[in-house]
Amino acid sequence: MSALFPFHGGLKTVRHKTESNTLPIEPGPLPRRLIVPLRQHMGNAAKPCVQAGDRVLKGQMIGQADGYISAAVHAPSSGVAAAVDLQPIPHPSGLADLCVTIETDGEDRWIEREPLDYRQMHPSDLRNALRNAGVVGLGGAVFPSAVKLNRGGHCERVDTLILNGAECEPWITCDDRIMRERAADIVAGLAIMAHLLEPREVLIGIEEDKPEAIAAMTAACAGTGYEVRVVPTRYPSGSVKQLIVLLTGREIPDQGLPLDIGVQCFNVATAYTVQRAIAHGEPVISRVVTVTGHVQRPRNIDALLGTRFADLVAQCSGYRDGVERLIMGGPMMGFALHGDDVPVTKATNCILAASAGQLTPEQPVMPCIRCGACVDACPALLLPQQLYWFARAKEFDKARDHHLFGCIECGCCSYVCPSHIPLVQYYRYAKNEIWARDKEKEKAELARQRHQARQERLEREKQEREAKLRQKAPPRAAETVVEAADREG
Amino acid sequence: MMRFRTVTSPHVLLDASVGQVMRRVLYAMLPGVAALVWFFGWGVLVNLVIATAVALAAETAMLAARGKPLAPHLGDFSAVVTAWLLAVALPPLAPWWLTAIGVLSAIVVAKHLYGGLGYNPFNPAMIGYVVLLISFPREMSTWLIPHGVGQTQAMTLVETLRAIFVGLPEVDGLTGATPLDVLRTQMGLGLSVAEIRNSPVFGLVSGHGWEWAALGFLLGGLWLVYSRAADWRIPAGMLGGLAIISTVFYLINPQQYAPPWFHLWSGAAIFGAFFIATDPVTASATPRGRLIYGAGIGILVYIIRAFGGYPDGVAFSVLLMNIAAPTIDLYTQPRVFGARRG
Repeated sequence: MSALFPFHGGLKTVRHKTESNTLPIEPGPLPRRLIVPLRQHMGNAAKPCVQAGDRVLKGQMIGQADGYISAAVHAPSSGVAAAVDLQPIPHPSGLADLCVTIETDGEDRWIEREPLDYRQMHPSDLRNALRNAGVVGLGGAVFPSAVKLNRGGHCERVDTLILNGAECEPWITCDDRIMRERAADIVAGLAIMAHLLEPREVLIGIEEDKPEAIAAMTAACAGTGYEVRVVPTRYPSGSVKQLIVLLTGREIPDQGLPLDIGVQCFNVATAYTVQRAIAHGEPVISRVVTVTGHVQRPRNIDALLGTRFADLVAQCSGYRDGVERLIMGGPMMGFALHGDDVPVTKATNCILAASAGQLTPEQPVMPCIRCGACVDACPALLLPQQLYWFARAKEFDKARDHHLFGCIECGCCSYVCPSHIPLVQYYRYAKNEIWARDKEKEKAELARQRHQARQERLEREKQEREAKLRQKAPPRAAETVVEAADREG
Repeated sequence: MMRFRTVTSPHVLLDASVGQVMRRVLYAMLPGVAALVWFFGWGVLVNLVIATAVALAAETAMLAARGKPLAPHLGDFSAVVTAWLLAVALPPLAPWWLTAIGVLSAIVVAKHLYGGLGYNPFNPAMIGYVVLLISFPREMSTWLIPHGVGQTQAMTLVETLRAIFVGLPEVDGLTGATPLDVLRTQMGLGLSVAEIRNSPVFGLVSGHGWEWAALGFLLGGLWLVYSRAADWRIPAGMLGGLAIISTVFYLINPQQYAPPWFHLWSGAAIFGAFFIATDPVTASATPRGRLIYGAGIGILVYIIRAFGGYPDGVAFSVLLMNIAAPTIDLYTQPRVFGARRG
């Protein structure tokens, strides 16, 4: 443990870790039906490679990675692929997306699992294996890990590999439990990542409110040279940018990537799945989900992907009376869901059933008094109140000039705002508007170019035709006369 | 299947409100107000009551006229804060209509006609004060002589009420100029600062009585900063600016220019730094901008006091810097995360 570099802003939040972190991780149910979305990661959705009626085995690929930034999707249990169609998914919009529905047969029969020796593999084969095993960032961003494990042209050398076990959201404990119970596998997975990135140092950042996890990880790291560093419990220490500052004192450039400063960062649960995928040949078909808040018996469940939220709540003996809001993720950055009939995906780190008492009552939104509480709280060093005015006035160019895209949507500004302005919502709105406009502009530009190319092509063809005509038959005198007459007429 | 309401994140918020911030400002004013009451009598309290009543009435009427919900906006206490800031700055025996005109100018014109809380470019209380200062210079400069100076008996509450609602009795030695006014006029007569300071209106550091009020406002102001209801950068900038410029002139000619401690401790400097300049709506909003904004006020206060036509200049300085705030904000944006340092 060595000196830490504080980051600007952030919050001390009220912690609700003990509600769910005292019980060991429990295996989830094997539901009769699993609904597996093909888009469980950033980038392109997986392409379905099964048809309705096909038999599938546990771990069988049902969706192929489509393009570079993509990852495969697998059947979480054996059975029959009943349908490949649109189903509701956990998304703030409440819209449906393409899913493979599997009627499970209860046998839970695996495919042939093929352990690999990563030391004998070419790096690109190893990355491909991870891509085909559906390994993505399980911290919530679900970015395909194989992409991040490719140094590419970003830097000469990876300086620091960071494993993120901060888990700063006040209610979530899945990483805490997984570090306590599966530290050896996490460190083994970390070794595979280190093998690919060849970093100078490997650091593991864990918030100080998780002493058991710190002890377990420290023990597992013995003899590896990897270093566990305790970071203060200050939200959002688990954000990649803030964790990198805490551990290295370096800042990712505005709108840049961690690799730009020679750093790469993964979630602890991701490292665990890397180990399972390579050393055991098991693709990502389940994940640990914290089910907490106003449920009878909060806990962490190792749930098959595609399990409905309702089934996990049932495993916690159901809701208590008076659940007001169902949130996927934590209270700071999670989004509220319309209902609990949506499936667990790789991004589902927490299901928070919140009662009125666990939420802040909705209060009337007052005008901004420019008090600056948001400026003090903003870890991205932005001027949230200015961005709010610009977003409200639809002055999107000014918002962009004031670094709107540096916003990590951590919610600190909204949290401290005495006027109760939903600031983050304004920034999401402004970002979406700008993206839409950029796309519109791009489209218009493309259409213009296409139109121009077509005009040029037509012109060229016309000239070619004329040239050919001239070659075939040199103009006769009579034609010249007609032309002259036309001109005069 | 359960159905739930969807609301945007974050789902938990800090227990904070505009009303809480404003109430803190009121609490923080209490020590200073107590000192003013001690030295200047009941009139200070009567002014506060009149101003509060007129402000709440005007706020209610304007909210109703603008079709805004009354409960949340009256509950934000911003009108009461404006009323108190203005009332404290008025002479303790100011006629009731003077207070009323000032408050109406502040609430109706400076606040609501510009769009209400959060939208007003100028500090409402200072608009009210300047309207009065320009329109009624005689009433505005008729200050009571503080308790402990001269032989006058303290006025009773009934006498005070009669003075405010009916008219000031013609009693010699009851009213007089403020210390800064004395300094200013006597300076014009060619006296040195040291000679003027011998007058009984001056106390240990600055004006007799006034200096205790300044101490009260300093204590309240420090608590305000500590409780984060006001940003420390604005008072630090303002008092720093005032200290630096007054020190420079004092070093140039201590006969002609009062020492920095006198300036910092006189008039509305402390009160203005912690309570008036810190109004966030009309101040600069960036961290560096707030230092500059405060320093600008401090320097302007000195220029007006030393070279201008008024004995004190907090109100004018604040209003002038209000105009400059958006420009200051534009040029003092903080370094965004990940931008190169320096």
